[in-house]
Amino acid sequence: MKKQNDVILRIVARIAVVIILTFAINLFISGHHHPGGGFIGGLALACAITLLFLTYDIESVRDNIPFDFKAMAALGVLIAVFTGVGGMLYGRHFLTQAFNYFDLPLFGKTELATAMIFDLGVALAVIGTAMTIIITISEDR
Amino acid sequence: MHTLHFIVLCPFLFALFVPLLYKYLTPRVHTGWFVLLVPITLFLYLLRFVPRISEGNNLLRSVPWMPSFNFDFTLYLDGLGLIFGLLITGIGALVILYSIYYMSKHTEALHNFYVYLLLFMGAMLGVVFSDNILLLYVFWELTSISSFLLIAYWYQRERSRYGAQKSMMITIFGGLSMLAGFIMLSMITGTYSIRDMISHVGDITSDSLFIPAMILILLGAFTKSAQFPFSIWLPGAMEAPTPISAYLHSATMVKAGIYLVARFTPVFGGEAEWFWLVSGIGLVTLLYGSLNAVKQTDLKALLAYSTISQLGLIMSLFGVGSAALYFTGSDESSVYAVAVLAAVFHLINHSTFKGALFMVVGIIDHETGTRDIRKLGGLMQIMPVSFTLALIGAFSMAGLPPFNGFLSKEMFFTAMLDASKMSIFNMDTLGALFPAVAWVASVFTFIYCLVLVFKTFRGKYKPERLDKKPHEAPLGMLIPPIVLASLVVGIFFFPNALSKYFLQPASHAVLPGLPENVFAKKISAWHGFNPELIMTVGVVLFGILLYRSRKSWVGLLRRYPEPLTLNSFYALGLERGEEGSRFLTEKYMTGSIRDYIVYTFGFLTLLAGGALLVSNRLSFSSVNNAPITLFEGAIAVALLTASFAVLFAKTRMASIIALGGIGYLVSILFVIFRAPDLALTQMVIETVTTVLFLLCYYHLPKFPKAAGRMPFKPLNLIISLGVGATVTLFALASNGNRMFEPISSYYKNSYELAGAKNIVNAILVDFRGIDTMMEISVLSIAALGVFTLIKLNLDRGGKNEETK
Repeated sequence: MKKQNDVILRIVARIAVVIILTFAINLFISGHHHPGGGFIGGLALACAITLLFLTYDIESVRDNIPFDFKAMAALGVLIAVFTGVGGMLYGRHFLTQAFNYFDLPLFGKTELATAMIFDLGVALAVIGTAMTIIITISEDR
Repeated sequence: MHTLHFIVLCPFLFALFVPLLYKYLTPRVHTGWFVLLVPITLFLYLLRFVPRISEGNNLLRSVPWMPSFNFDFTLYLDGLGLIFGLLITGIGALVILYSIYYMSKHTEALHNFYVYLLLFMGAMLGVVFSDNILLLYVFWELTSISSFLLIAYWYQRERSRYGAQKSMMITIFGGLSMLAGFIMLSMITGTYSIRDMISHVGDITSDSLFIPAMILILLGAFTKSAQFPFSIWLPGAMEAPTPISAYLHSATMVKAGIYLVARFTPVFGGEAEWFWLVSGIGLVTLLYGSLNAVKQTDLKALLAYSTISQLGLIMSLFGVGSAALYFTGSDESSVYAVAVLAAVFHLINHSTFKGALFMVVGIIDHETGTRDIRKLGGLMQIMPVSFTLALIGAFSMAGLPPFNGFLSKEMFFTAMLDASKMSIFNMDTLGALFPAVAWVASVFTFIYCLVLVFKTFRGKYKPERLDKKPHEAPLGMLIPPIVLASLVVGIFFFPNALSKYFLQPASHAVLPGLPENVFAKKISAWHGFNPELIMTVGVVLFGILLYRSRKSWVGLLRRYPEPLTLNSFYALGLERGEEGSRFLTEKYMTGSIRDYIVYTFGFLTLLAGGALLVSNRLSFSSVNNAPITLFEGAIAVALLTASFAVLFAKTRMASIIALGGIGYLVSILFVIFRAPDLALTQMVIETVTTVLFLLCYYHLPKFPKAAGRMPFKPLNLIISLGVGATVTLFALASNGNRMFEPISSYYKNSYELAGAKNIVNAILVDFRGIDTMMEISVLSIAALGVFTLIKLNLDRGGKNEETK
C-alpha cells in the first residue's frame, strides 16, 4: 500500500487541508452570529486531520501534531466548566455568560463574549473525542 | 424522661456493657451475675407501684420522639401492664439465675446470650407498657428479632436454624399484618394512643375498616401466641437453650399475643366477630395442643404443646370475657367479667408452673444428657428435689388441689359453663360445645401431666440408656424452680391477696367500662358442690383411666398421617413457593435480549397505546398543520423507500448504505425546515457513523457470516407495528392539542440578552449552557470508553494470566 505513488492525492490534500482548516475556524468564530459554532467547527477540524491521516501514515502526522487528544477532550470539558465557575466569582449563577464590545486595534469595534470561551471548550472536547476514537480504532489493526 | 422510660430502656443500655464485662471478667466471674442485677432492680422497682395501681392511680408518661408525626414515646402503667411487667422481670431474674448454672462460662458464648436476652427483656417491657400503637409495634418486632436470635443461639445446629427461621417467618408475618391493622385503627380514630381509642369506641365499631383491622390485629396476636394454626413454630423453637424456652416460650413472649388481645378487648370487645374469633380459636388451640402433647416423647416438645394448649385456654377465657362488654350496664355483664379475672389468674399461674417445669426439664436434660422419655425413668430416688418440683408443676397444670392451677381451672370451667348459657352471638345453639371441648381438653391435659411426671421419675431406672451418670442438680439451678413452685403453692392458699392487688386492677384494665366491684369476687378453693367440681372429678377419673390404658390408644394418635400435619403443610408451602418462583423467574428471565425487548415494547404498546385508546381522549386537529409542499412530499417518499430498503435488504452492506441515505435525507429535511446548524451537524455525524458501521461490517467474523434477508417473525411484526402506531398516535394527538404557547418567543431577543444573532448557538452556549457542558462530558467519556475498551483488552489479558 505504502509503495504506491499517490502524488496527486498528497498535493490535493495539502491544499484541501488548509481550506478545510480555514473553513473550520471560520465556522467556529462565526458561530455566534451565523450557523456554525464549537460543535460543527470542531468536527470540521477533525475532518481536516483525518484527511491528513488518510493521505500520510499515522506516525508522521502524529509527529507533526503532537497533541494528546484525550487530554485535549478533558481540557475542553475543563474550560467549559471553568467559564461557568468564572461567573460565580462575580456573584452570578453558575454558567452565567457575559458579553461586551471593545475597540480592538486591528478589528475595530468587536464583540467579545465569555460564551466564546465556552464554545472553545466545546470545540476542543469534540476534536479530542473524534480524534481519540479514530486513532484508537485505527491503531487496533 | 420518667422512671417508667428508664425501666424500659435499662435492659437495652445494660446490654451495651455486657460484651465488655464478658471480655474482661470471663472466666473469673460468670457474666450472668451482672446481668442478674437488671431484672432484680426492675422487679423491686415495679413492686413499688403495686399499692398505687391497685388504688386505680394509673401512670401515663410521655416523651416526644417524632413530634411532627404525633409519634411519642408514651408509656402507660396500669394493672395489666404491671402484671406483665412483674412477670417479665421476676421470671427474668429467676431465669438468669438459672442460666448462670445452666450455661457454662467456659464453653458458651455468654456475651451473645445475655445481650440477646436483655434485648428481649427490654423489648417485652416496651410491648406491655406502650400506649402508642406504633411504639408497641416497634417493640413487638424487637421481641420477634431477639427471639429469633435466641432460638438460633446454637447456630451450628441445623435444627436450631430451621426452628429460628420458622418462628421468624410466622411471627414477622403476624407482626406485619398487625401493623396494617394498627394503621387502619389509627385511620379510623385519628390517634395512635390506645387510651384515646378506648375513649372513642363508638366511632370505631361503626367504621367499615373495623372488621379488617380486627382480623389483622388478631393475626398478629395469634401468630405470636402460637394459636391454631400458627402454633407450629413453638415446638420448633424448643431448639433454644432451656432457660430461653422457659422464659420466652412459656412465660413471656407467647403471652404477648394474649396481652394484645387483652389490651384491645375494650376496643373490639362486645362484638360477635371478636367473641367468636378469640374464644373459638382459643378452644381449638386448647384441644389441638393437649391432643398433640399426649403423643410426644420429647419432654420439651411435650411442654411446648402444653404451652400451646394453655395459651388457647387463656385466649378462650378472654374471648368469653369480652361478652361482658356487650352487656355493659346490666347485671349479666358481671357473670362474663369473671372470665377475664380467670384469664388473668391463669396467666399468672401458667407462668409460674410452666417456668418451673421447663427448668426441671432443663435440669433433667443437663444431668442425664437426654430429654427422651423412652430413655428416662426411675429418677425419683436420684433427683428427689426435681421430682417434687415436677410434681408440683405438673399437678398444678393438670388442675389439682392444693396448687394454683386448680383455682384457675375451676374458674375456667365456671366461665365455660356460663358461656354455654349465653343468649347472644348464636350461643344458644353452639354454646354447649364450650364446656364439652374444655372438659375433653382438660382430660388430655391431665394425661400428659401424668406422662410428664411418671414416665420420667417413676418406672424402671435405665442407666444403660443414659450418656451421663445422673445426679441431683446444683443448688443454684434448683433455687429458681423452687421459688416458682413455692409461688404455685402459695397462690393456692392466699389467692385473694393476689386478686386484690393484681387480678382486679388487671381485669379492670381489660374491661374498663365495668364497675370495680364486679371483680371483687372471693376466690376460694372450696366453692361448694357444683357442676365445676363434678367436671374436675370426671377429669381426674377419666384421666387416670386413660393414662392406664395409654398404650392401647396413643398409637391411634401417632398414626395420624404425617403429610396432613400443619408442619408438613408449612414445609410444603415453602417448598412450593420456592419452586414456583424459581419456575416463574426461569420462565420469563430467558437471558435473551430479544425477549426483553419484546417485553419492553409490548408493554409500551399495550399500556401506553391501550391507555390512549381506552381513555377516549384521542382527538386530532389540523389547525396547526402547515401546508405540504411538493419538495417535502418527495423527500418523505424517498425516506420511506430507504426505510423499506433497510428492512428488506439482502446484505448488510445494502442496509448500511440505505441507513446512510436516510441520514442524508434527514439532513436535507433540516435544510428545508430551516435548521442550518442541525443540517451541518447531521451531515458530518451521519458520515462518521456510516464509516463506523462499515468498520464493524469489515470486521465481522468470516466463518458463519450468514448473509441474507432478516428472518421473518410474526410477533416482531405485530409489536413493531404496535409501537409505530402508538408513537404516531401520540405525536398526532399531541400536535393537534397544544396546551400552551411555546416559549421560543423569549429567545428571539438573543442578541439583546446574549449578544448572539445565532439563536441556536445562543441557546446552546448561553441560555441552556449546562446541557451542552454535560453533552461534551458525555462525548469525552465515550472517547475514553472506546480507548479503554480497545487498549485494555481485558479478554486477552485474562487469557494471558490463565496461561501463566
